[in-house]
Amino acid sequence: MRTFPHGIHPDDAKILTAGKPVRRFPFAPYYVVHLAQNAGTPARSIVQAGQQVRRGQVIALPDGFVSVPVHAPVTGLVKLVGNSLDSNGNPTPSIVIIPDPASCQDVEVSSSVNVDELTPEQIVQAIRDMGMVGLGGAAFPTHVKLSPPKGKSIQAIILNGAECEPYLTSDHRVMLEQSANIVLGAKLLLRAAKATDLVIAIEDNKPDAIAVMRKACENEANIRVEVFKTKYPQGAEKMLTKAMFGKEVPSGGIPADIGIMISNIATAAEIGRLLPVGMGLIERVVTITGDGIKKPGNYLIPIGTPLDFILSTLGTHGTPYKVIFGGPMMGKSVSFLESPVTKGTSGIVVLASRDEQERVIYPCIRCGACVNACPVHLIPARLGLMARKGEYDRMVSECNLMDCFECGCCSYVCPSNIPLVQQFRISKQIARERKASGKSNG
Amino acid sequence: MNSEIVIPAVLFMGGLGAFLAGVIAFANRKLAVVEDPRIDQVEQMLPGSNCGACGNPGCRAFAEALVGGTENPAKCTISSAGVKLQIASHLGVELGDTEKRVARLACAGGAHVARQRTRYTGMESCRAAALVAGGGKGCYWGCLGLKDCGVVCNFGAISFSENGLPSVDLDKCTACGDCVEICPKQLFSIQPVSRQLWVNCKNIEAGDAAEAECAVACIACGKCAMDASGGLVSMKNNLPVIDYALNDFATPSIIARCPTGAIIWINEKNQFETGQAAKRVIRTKALPIG
Repeated sequence: MRTFPHGIHPDDAKILTAGKPVRRFPFAPYYVVHLAQNAGTPARSIVQAGQQVRRGQVIALPDGFVSVPVHAPVTGLVKLVGNSLDSNGNPTPSIVIIPDPASCQDVEVSSSVNVDELTPEQIVQAIRDMGMVGLGGAAFPTHVKLSPPKGKSIQAIILNGAECEPYLTSDHRVMLEQSANIVLGAKLLLRAAKATDLVIAIEDNKPDAIAVMRKACENEANIRVEVFKTKYPQGAEKMLTKAMFGKEVPSGGIPADIGIMISNIATAAEIGRLLPVGMGLIERVVTITGDGIKKPGNYLIPIGTPLDFILSTLGTHGTPYKVIFGGPMMGKSVSFLESPVTKGTSGIVVLASRDEQERVIYPCIRCGACVNACPVHLIPARLGLMARKGEYDRMVSECNLMDCFECGCCSYVCPSNIPLVQQFRISKQIARERKASGKSNG
Repeated sequence: MNSEIVIPAVLFMGGLGAFLAGVIAFANRKLAVVEDPRIDQVEQMLPGSNCGACGNPGCRAFAEALVGGTENPAKCTISSAGVKLQIASHLGVELGDTEKRVARLACAGGAHVARQRTRYTGMESCRAAALVAGGGKGCYWGCLGLKDCGVVCNFGAISFSENGLPSVDLDKCTACGDCVEICPKQLFSIQPVSRQLWVNCKNIEAGDAAEAECAVACIACGKCAMDASGGLVSMKNNLPVIDYALNDFATPSIIARCPTGAIIWINEKNQFETGQAAKRVIRTKALPIG
């Protein structure tokens, strides 16, 4: 079976929500729509406070190439165009909308598009106009991926349905319920990228999704389903490329360097669902799970729904110990519960109690467990020692620190509980700051 | 012993040794690099901590610059006044005058005045906390109190109050800038000690929004800017900005009406004086989390 060397096998806890069909989430009393939802330049608001907006209407325009528009998630009144807090407590530009209680919240579909007649450039433009970003978590604008730099072209596309993060099941449910949308989205992506080969990558812990997707693309010549071994981080783009084509993405490079584009499966599903009807991305499937939530499940949630409304609607067992946007391995703890769901939120994990014992950090015993776990073949033990000494320049120049994509395998396996990935994130941040200020001597 | 073997061997090895010795002797004459012996002498006098505060990559480079005449001895922030005089007289140069500079923190929000919204239990490091969830402090810009600056300081110049706020020992601080680099909230900066008027806050919120998170936050009332003469203090981004080119006009009276004590006067003993109108902070224990 296809896989990559190294990696780990954490308890995936997907049983909590894997069997729960996607349900629509109730409307919140207010919505906070961040303008900086995509990686790259934030969008620019084109509405004012006091203005009525319609669900699906464009409320912010892209500002630059690596930027996408933002659409109103609800029909209602714009209350504020200004700063509101993100999950870190950092004020970020956003639009606050109060939904109109009398509205039926239908999206007025203005135009239906004949998808068969679109040229590749028109498809890329349509994908940009719908505000589409990678729905796996990084929220990188899809139209940028579809426009590789000059001299490079995309030969193959991998649709990432591996979903290797523990707890998350949103992609799994989307594959089960929206296989037709995925196939349509896949065909559009193939035409937009002018590629001829598209692989739908699924881990073998989702046999039902594999069966459904195989059936859905029976008659498609260029689309095939490939089964991958269940292993974390199988869904990382470099790991998928290696497992699928046996080729490695060059150090410091992107998959486009070797002619491959990787997109989340939910991105393809939304493209297939929204592009033919000319709608924008206003809601997404989010897995809300964890032992701290009373009604775990997969929900179709409008973008901008505040987290505290989600928690109070679904009920929590006491005060949650920790709330994570994304999965437990690579997700981000939330310190401000007023922060909203964004385009990149694939899951919300609510933990009721501390799921780990008070961890004492012991010295490194040179067991090599981290070396065996690191999927990009770094030496975390050595990097950890250098990080403690503050030798950030050497970490970059001698040990390829920048190839670390912070999957957390090293910290997960370390028997001495050394916070390796945490140190690497700090080291990468300082190394980047030094490079930006020109102080690096490494 | 067989002299037919021994004698040619001794002759050959001896000849080879003599030839190589000749090459080395020649190289020593012809390829010698003449180095000013004073560089070594001056380097001996310097502290050897390679802190970089003088702007050179280490003490050796500074010694070379001193001998070359491009720097003056006063630039070294660690050596005592006596040693600097000794270097100056040894090289026969002016001592030069460089004002003492120290690291200054722009936050007064210890745990007793600033609200902590969420409990952070991860790796004990401000950088780590800031990366995970901004640190969980109510004020996004404030000091997280997890002691990264104290760990990184090579001179033991940073100590912490019981509420987690770092304070800088002026005598030990060499202005090397390590704390400036490590602080994830960019609260440290290197400042000449003559800059006694100091804005001790980085919160860009205004009014109640700022004060709700921290009792000593700047609420952007602008009184200090009104009381300062001729453009010394201006309000930018809800914070007073001091134009230190006009530092001569700075007086303690500028801070007198500050309601929270966010703008302070640092006196000669390195004590932080707040104005008369500033509310008094009576609480000493940390605020409850939440």
